[in-house]
Amino acid sequence: MAEYQNIITRVQIGAPAYSGVPLRPGTWDRQGKPFFSYWLGRFGDAQIGPIYLGTTGLLSLVCGFIAFEIIGLNMFAQVHWNPIQFVRLLPWLALEPPSPANGLHWPTLQNGGWWLMAGFFLTSALLLWWVRMYRRARALGLGTHVAWAFAAAIWLYLVLGIIRPVLMGNFGEAVPFGIFPHLDWVSAFSLRYGNLFYNPFHCLSIAFLYGSALLFAMHGGTILAVSRFGGDREIEQIVDRGTASERAALFWRWTMGFNATMESIHRWAWWFAVLCPLVGGIGILLTGTVVDNWYLWAVKHGVAPMYPHVFPPVVDPASLPGALK
Amino acid sequence: MNTLTGRSDRRAGFPSVARLAVISTLAMLAACERPPVDVVQGGYRGTGMVTLINPRMDALQAPNNRVPPPLPAAPTAGPLAGSVYKNVQVLKDLNIAQFARVMVAMTQWVAPPDQSCGYCHSVANMASDQRYTKVVARRMLQMVRHINSDWKSHVGATGVTCYTCHRGHVVPQQVWFESPGESAGGGMTAANPDLYSPLATIGGSSLPYDPFTPYLLHAMPIRVNSTGALPDGNRSSIQQTETTYALMMHMSTALGVNCDYCHNTRSTPIWSTSTPKRVTAWYGIRMARELNVDYMTPLTATFPTARRGVLGDVAKIDCATCHQGIFKPLYGVSMAKDYPELEGTMTPPAPAATPAASAGSAPSGASGGATTR
Repeated sequence: MAEYQNIITRVQIGAPAYSGVPLRPGTWDRQGKPFFSYWLGRFGDAQIGPIYLGTTGLLSLVCGFIAFEIIGLNMFAQVHWNPIQFVRLLPWLALEPPSPANGLHWPTLQNGGWWLMAGFFLTSALLLWWVRMYRRARALGLGTHVAWAFAAAIWLYLVLGIIRPVLMGNFGEAVPFGIFPHLDWVSAFSLRYGNLFYNPFHCLSIAFLYGSALLFAMHGGTILAVSRFGGDREIEQIVDRGTASERAALFWRWTMGFNATMESIHRWAWWFAVLCPLVGGIGILLTGTVVDNWYLWAVKHGVAPMYPHVFPPVVDPASLPGALK
Repeated sequence: MNTLTGRSDRRAGFPSVARLAVISTLAMLAACERPPVDVVQGGYRGTGMVTLINPRMDALQAPNNRVPPPLPAAPTAGPLAGSVYKNVQVLKDLNIAQFARVMVAMTQWVAPPDQSCGYCHSVANMASDQRYTKVVARRMLQMVRHINSDWKSHVGATGVTCYTCHRGHVVPQQVWFESPGESAGGGMTAANPDLYSPLATIGGSSLPYDPFTPYLLHAMPIRVNSTGALPDGNRSSIQQTETTYALMMHMSTALGVNCDYCHNTRSTPIWSTSTPKRVTAWYGIRMARELNVDYMTPLTATFPTARRGVLGDVAKIDCATCHQGIFKPLYGVSMAKDYPELEGTMTPPAPAATPAASAGSAPSGASGGATTR
């Protein structure tokens, strides 16, 4: 098992291509003749294909392509169809939502209509892909854990793009499509609503995000470390703990006094990953609808600590009598 | 269990992959400033309120911020320029020696060396207003005196001279014009009210590209935050916030400082936790707006078309016009103290040409004003 004692994947299984368990009658076949890729085998399974597309997969790709084209062609038009400028300025290009004054009315194409259409097709693509993911899991006789984790991410996307804007009464609250523009939107959103870092659901979301990374590192590290004792047979070891499992458990009990089990570590990972967008979505949903200034909310509830003043008192010049405007 | 063959490929391929990784990593770092950076603590410890100063970037800016040596002081006695020369309208309270000193300074600070006095004056008749540059210069002298006497809330005792903005150029290097409008492909394609090309004036961000017209010409409300924790009818939009943000990015870039030079960024709107510099900046916004409305805009028709923007508007002032990347123009060196001729309160702003709504005179709204034009 010395192959495991390396920082990169060294084992590639050489076996005949396997096309998977038989499918129920009446569904599409899996397409493509499987082949092997040495380089992809360095990162994952060397066998590529077959692929199952299916109705939902095909429709999802079509919808995704339409959204991609709407966004891309509008951006392309903004640089007057100049391919060099398109590449150079791509990070700054945007497809913006309708202006706030438009409310929830159907906007003109120039003023957010394309954005709404791109959003519709992108949402359709995501939902169809979710259905596909759920159905593929079922077809293989799997649980649907992955589909529900994906649903948590879709929830955050829907809150940002449609649920919260509808509650706020205008699509202008939604996120633009674009690389820097959507990042600027994030900053502006936090600035407008009094610093999102004081939003407790944002705090939770960050905890789950960083926690996911931490758990991933701890789990991956632990399993690789005990693989020399057969620790890679994690699932069997849920009920049949061998020396690898015992040593891994003892390691964490030694170092931090508590250990997960071969079963629970996977539940920890799944819940941390799912809760990150789930609580994040709740935090976004409450912003502007229920709380308008998170810093003042935190002050009101004793969350924000106060620091000693180091400057002479600063007074809003606009509040002085006879102030300029 | 056996591994697939292909070892020779791997041996040949790996170094080139590694090389590519190194090159692309270096390429990504190319836009970064190299450490070390000096950190100057501004606020209470732990609040992260620090000014970052890169001595190497500072060195690049030094040549642009060298102060020219002052001219020898003029005697305080002597006949007044207003009674000796014809058509002296602004500096008539100076004696002829002081008057000449200002003229010489202006040729050094503003006029091209090969044109000297003739850049503004008709050399055949120095009193003539034939050249437009003289009409502009007269108004700019009024402006400098107005700033030095009435805008101490922003310029303090440091004051300004022509050189604060001009730095040896006939037109200050950093001015702004109104933007020709939204960038869009036309037809049915989507308009993009934001920048699609990185502009240095707003820190290269993709924020709205013209925060100047709404805030430094008109008096659109800059403040977007609610003053209570819960929704209270404040309908400020994200787009509005982005325009305010763009103005702030402009100020940050123009002064070469971070947000926390003025704000405690835990809560950008709260004044009680802000630094006193925020008050100075607040007056600076009003000053730039007033100067644009009262001094620059009325000169629009005076300037030839070549000096105006694509929309035919006059060059206007923003924070960078004076600051030019430095938190205090010319690193806070007061040139004005060497030029008492540029003090003075005798000039009431703007005779006939001033538009009705000057920035200071309209009734003041509670927070940031709400004139929507």
